[in-house]
Amino acid sequence: MVESILFTFGLGAVCGLILSFASKIFYVYEDPRIAIVENLLAGANCGGCGFAGCSAAAEAIVNEEAPANACILVGVENVSEIAIIMGSEAGTAEPLKSYNNCDGGNRATDRFIYNGLNSCSAVTSLYGGKRDCSIGCLGFGDCVRACGFDAIHIGPDGYPEVDEEKCVGCGACETACPKSILEVRTVSQRLLHLNAYDNALAPCAQTCPAEIDIPRYIGHIRKGEYEEAVNTIRERNPLLLACGRVCPHPCESYCRRGIEDEPVSINQLKRFVADYEMNSGKRLPIECAPDTGKRIAVIGGGPAGLSCAYFLRRVGHHPEIFEAMPKLGGMLRYGIPEYRLPKKVLDWEIDGILNLGIDDHTNVRLGIDFDFGSLIAAGFDAVFFSVGAWNDYNLGISGEDLQGCFTGIDFLAKIGNNEKVRIGQRVAVIGGGNTAIDCCRTLLRKGVDKVYLVYRRTRKEMPANEVEIVASEHEGIEFVFLAAPNKVIGNEENQVTGLEYLKMELGEPDASGRRRPVPVEGSETVLDVDMIITAIGQSPLLAFRGKGDRLDDLEITRWNTFEVEPATCQTNVPYIFGAGDSATGPALVVDAIGGGRKAARSIDQFLKGKPVVPQPNALLNKHIPGTIFESVEGVIQKKRTEMPELPVAQRIHTLDEVDLVISEADALYESNRCLSCCRLCYNADA
Amino acid sequence: MGYFELIIACIFVNNILLAQFLGNCPFLGTSKKMETAVGMSMAVVFVTVMAGTLTWVIYTYILVNFDLVYLRTIAFIVVIASLVQFVEMFLKKSIPALYAGLGIFLPLITTNCAVMGVCVLNIDKEFTFLQALVASLFYAVGFGLALILFAGLRERTLLARVPKPLQDTSIALVTAGMISLAFFAFQGMV
Repeated sequence: MVESILFTFGLGAVCGLILSFASKIFYVYEDPRIAIVENLLAGANCGGCGFAGCSAAAEAIVNEEAPANACILVGVENVSEIAIIMGSEAGTAEPLKSYNNCDGGNRATDRFIYNGLNSCSAVTSLYGGKRDCSIGCLGFGDCVRACGFDAIHIGPDGYPEVDEEKCVGCGACETACPKSILEVRTVSQRLLHLNAYDNALAPCAQTCPAEIDIPRYIGHIRKGEYEEAVNTIRERNPLLLACGRVCPHPCESYCRRGIEDEPVSINQLKRFVADYEMNSGKRLPIECAPDTGKRIAVIGGGPAGLSCAYFLRRVGHHPEIFEAMPKLGGMLRYGIPEYRLPKKVLDWEIDGILNLGIDDHTNVRLGIDFDFGSLIAAGFDAVFFSVGAWNDYNLGISGEDLQGCFTGIDFLAKIGNNEKVRIGQRVAVIGGGNTAIDCCRTLLRKGVDKVYLVYRRTRKEMPANEVEIVASEHEGIEFVFLAAPNKVIGNEENQVTGLEYLKMELGEPDASGRRRPVPVEGSETVLDVDMIITAIGQSPLLAFRGKGDRLDDLEITRWNTFEVEPATCQTNVPYIFGAGDSATGPALVVDAIGGGRKAARSIDQFLKGKPVVPQPNALLNKHIPGTIFESVEGVIQKKRTEMPELPVAQRIHTLDEVDLVISEADALYESNRCLSCCRLCYNADA
Repeated sequence: MGYFELIIACIFVNNILLAQFLGNCPFLGTSKKMETAVGMSMAVVFVTVMAGTLTWVIYTYILVNFDLVYLRTIAFIVVIASLVQFVEMFLKKSIPALYAGLGIFLPLITTNCAVMGVCVLNIDKEFTFLQALVASLFYAVGFGLALILFAGLRERTLLARVPKPLQDTSIALVTAGMISLAFFAFQGMV
């Protein structure tokens, strides 16, 4: 009896002694903060933070691999105490939320019949899943089982639905999903995500240069959720009122309904919800991430500059816009005439962006009112150039300096700025692009008797938007095709009296695939005009270079644009970024908006000290192979909603907006024409 | 009994999992994924060899000498638990790579009945020290073999058409029974 008691105690004592000595000998320095932090964590070892237990999480927090609020269970007090221990600010991290990417679910087609275990990971190991779509939801609900907070359920259509109230952003569902249906992201991460090859993207969304999730916002309109539709558009495009009016909607060319029927009028739906917000009298709140304290100088307040500033502000940085003209908006204000985009509408939209806390300085031109060195001295961490393409090309013919000769953008900017311009009675506008058409239609509204549009190729080759060409035909503009201006004829008072041109004929196709016009010998013809506007293209005005500062190191292309890495918008000077017309040459508003967001993503990386790298798998407006169909089954012809417009007789005498917004009933009808496509599956009509 | 027969007996004939039914909880718990099964097997090999030899020494030189054989179970539990703690500290300091590799499985098997069972079997079969060492090592190897075989099978049953009431753990137990029956074919070899 005594021996056994002695032995038991002895064994315990020996083991205890050995262990205590061992803990001295084999002592490994551990940050004392780990123990303190661990005490502040929930102690549930739930794994919600993504680490193996609370001690691992505490270690990660102390090693700054995880934020102070990594633990999803503890309250605000503990998080702030941890933050104090770590010497950081509490609550600087944005909340994570789970988002469902696939809304195909049961409508997706299967490759084989599967009767195995009801588990997504099991079916995935069988040839990557039973769906034809390689990325689509398999619907067995591994995410539902993984969620410890009962925030996910499989909806009636066979894909997961997330209850945002319950979701804590632990990431368990993303880990459990063998595809990437559920992604746990902060709002900032979502705002700066570029479309990728493995995303669930409809053909229209792949095509949109601003990468708007088109089927999603049309879906919101269908359910009458106009505010959600606006918010969905705003995740990608802050200028929805402007785009809803002026965008030539390249998306509609790839609309799947358009293969069998007329395409869905996507842009009119965008305009409908955008106008809905404006006319509702209140602005929808736009959430911004916590402040980072980083400052960015945005040179040029056009669509690219506004877009970049907007996205940088939303992810928590502080952009400041420097604009040479009296007001922000760039080409939206000075290049697009009032009748297409009323200034009142543009002002409302720009105010909404500036209200997020973006400072703007107008009437300041880089190189004249301030120089580049002063920006850096003022403590800006990065500079974004979006100076646009404001330099009109000249024809290079004699007589171009006579009175009555104008250039396209210069003319439109003067009109847009309400400057007095002496306008003739018979005008020739040279060029076939949108600027030329805008000049023609503006002139008509200024009371000009006759407007000629002189273009050296034919209507088929005109780069202007088809709708614009049709509208100007309706308004009575006379097209002079296959005509190359030869010289401008003037009188003794240096006033333009006519334009001599050579007739052309189409020859062999050139590098751009368009047939090259060749002049016909001895075909000189004189057009009797007293004003000439040259609108044959623009290039960026880079007069601020050559002053002996860092800007001289910038690489410039032979088109006088900034040489930028296309996937990141970074120039060869690491802290200088560029997008919009000044980086791409003249392009669409929506291209500039997409470019601004792409640049914002890179600037964000740069400001956070990460390497500026292109997003892996980024789509960059190419199409995902296999998602563009030749034919679409199950489409019943439904007439596309016509765009309401002012009657020609009424509109050509005023600068009132020509295109009108569609009615709510039409918007609902039009949204129901949408097939809600994804990569492969869609909702057929029948 | 020669060492070759001992090795065969430990791995196959008297396989600790499939013939003696010890250590069933890690057998079912860590066999869902091959990766965890391998980690667990390594940790078991490591701990069983250490525990098997140390408990043999304590039994032979202390318990028998002081006539305290009836305290065997309690003594072994204390010894194994302390040993695992000690080894954990030692590895953390000296071989951090191995420590990180074994990870959570090391403390997990503190009270694994397979480890305890090997220690007890070593005594019951009246092994010499060297035999105890070899037996501990190869019982553990047998444990690893069975666990890895079973993990491979379970990864496959995920894809099989299993009737709903039998899914997951139930089919795993049925499978375990069948492998066990298969292992009974080794009976009588040694």
